[in-house]
Amino acid sequence: MTLASSARTRRRLTIRRRGMLPGFNLSLAIVTFYLSALVLIPIAVLTWRASAMPAAELWAAVSGPRARAAFALSLGAAGTAALVNALFGFIVAWVLVRYEFPGRSLLDTLVDLPFALPTAVAGIALTAIWAESGWVGRHLSAAGIQVAYTPIGVTVALIFVGLPFVVRTVEPVLRELDPVLEEAAAVLGASRLRTFLQVILPATAPALGTGFSLAFARALGEYGSVVFISGNMPLRTEIVPLLIVTRLEQFDYAGAIGIAAVMLLVSFVLLLLGNLLQAQRRRRHEGA
Amino acid sequence: MKTTQALILILLTLIAADGSAAADPTLLNVSYDPTRELYQEINAAFARVWRAKTQQGVVINQSHGGSGKQARAVIDGLEADVVTLALAYDIDAIAEKGKGLLGAGWRSRLPNGSTPYTSTIVFVVRRGNPQGVKDWDDLIRPGVVVIVPNPKTSGGARWAYLAAYGHALKTLGSEDKARDFITRLYKNVPVLDSGARGSTTTFAQRRLGSVLVSWENEAELLRKEFARDGLEIVRPKLSILAEPPVAVIDALVDKHGTRSVAQAYLEFLYSEEGQEIVARHHYRPRSAAVLARHAAELPPLTLFTVDELFGGWQKAHARHFADGALFDQIYMGSR
Repeated sequence: MTLASSARTRRRLTIRRRGMLPGFNLSLAIVTFYLSALVLIPIAVLTWRASAMPAAELWAAVSGPRARAAFALSLGAAGTAALVNALFGFIVAWVLVRYEFPGRSLLDTLVDLPFALPTAVAGIALTAIWAESGWVGRHLSAAGIQVAYTPIGVTVALIFVGLPFVVRTVEPVLRELDPVLEEAAAVLGASRLRTFLQVILPATAPALGTGFSLAFARALGEYGSVVFISGNMPLRTEIVPLLIVTRLEQFDYAGAIGIAAVMLLVSFVLLLLGNLLQAQRRRRHEGA
Repeated sequence: MKTTQALILILLTLIAADGSAAADPTLLNVSYDPTRELYQEINAAFARVWRAKTQQGVVINQSHGGSGKQARAVIDGLEADVVTLALAYDIDAIAEKGKGLLGAGWRSRLPNGSTPYTSTIVFVVRRGNPQGVKDWDDLIRPGVVVIVPNPKTSGGARWAYLAAYGHALKTLGSEDKARDFITRLYKNVPVLDSGARGSTTTFAQRRLGSVLVSWENEAELLRKEFARDGLEIVRPKLSILAEPPVAVIDALVDKHGTRSVAQAYLEFLYSEEGQEIVARHHYRPRSAAVLARHAAELPPLTLFTVDELFGGWQKAHARHFADGALFDQIYMGSR
């Protein structure tokens, strides 16, 4: 405990002394400029425009039955998709890190595909497969389950876009995990389940949490793939980004900005929670 | 090293190409989705006519997208010389919100309220028309599945909605009955795609629905494209006269110095040759002579206009498509 904290003080000191790592000023300036131009200023403009709106108007834009239904669907589907991704993304990461098998690098590339594929293409492909006339949808609809044009379809599309986030955040942590820890646990007589629950999971949980919140935030804003599979029925399968597009289509900039500002707030809180969670777990992990 | 040289070569070529093209005027036509093929042919024909008249070439670039989105792009600074959109409401928005871009009297500058061609809303049904869909009244029968895009996001869908509503108003005689009719119709709609092409895909490729309510030109394209499926076009007895408008964007043509060529470009749409191209792409030409020549594909129909039945687009929008207006109430009531 004392060792760790003194190490931390020392680290702080070196930063203050400067010059140890060259180029700090220059790189900080570049980072500040870059982030401002690309992220900070556009978002500040959005926030500023939203704050210029009368509160009653802002409230009306986000509190109507349609907006409420859309928020419920978007949050619910994005949350469910992120949970599914956390579970299966972990398994995919595990397989990629721990096992050698033919086709592993192909599988590895496949995971990144949702990053690269235009989302509209993904949406059309998913709809083709899951619609009643589609490959998978045909068999499901025989069993009375409809996927395309229902909230389930929305969730399927969001699982697709969110998958790489969990895999790519958990993977490096799993790779860094020293097998000695597991061996030690086994030598000390822990069962496999206990090893997993008390050794592997605590070490990867922060990364899993971050992956979850990234996938969640990404899914919340997804438009391109969802509009094809959702069916866009008011009150039933209308997602929040569609509502924004709808408002813009009617030249209702104020309404669009109101909804966008709420979306921004939710995403920000989510990402912040993810980061806090990770920082806290890391601290506890280091301290132990 | 090789790549650098190649890059420099490409750059030089681009500069050279740019230099030689600078003499010819360039127009940007900002249009809506299904007009892509139409304007490709129009542009080539107009370039020929313009060269014959002025010994000068002209390059016309096209931009396509949802009509409302395109109008917004022009308002936000897209350098359009001319706009050719799906409905007057969207060009009105440019005149109203685009600061000084376009004068309010734009509709009176060209013949027919600045609408060189028209279209209408028709039905597409599957081979043999198994559900016997003949007219609007068949669309509210239980069991008939109707595919139509979302009027909130699609210009074509607004025409379709108003066509159905206008039919009800004219045949049933009262606003209350028309509201009931439109509510029952949209109860038969399982999916509201965001655009006309989306609905076409849903109907033709996902094989969802028994009838697609669509633009006449889109229906003709679909029938050709899916000839194997034997899709059939059914024309209702009464439908709407869709009038897609065009306009020269004043501030931008003056800035680019392209006013005369832009004006000539839009006037070309009204010429004999322009109208012929329009008809070949299944839009209805304004010229009676050209329309008569294509009567087989574009049979005469009884059509009403937005102005006569709904008092213009501004009113129609406020009453039917604004937030909380009639279209929204269809879904609020069903809960």
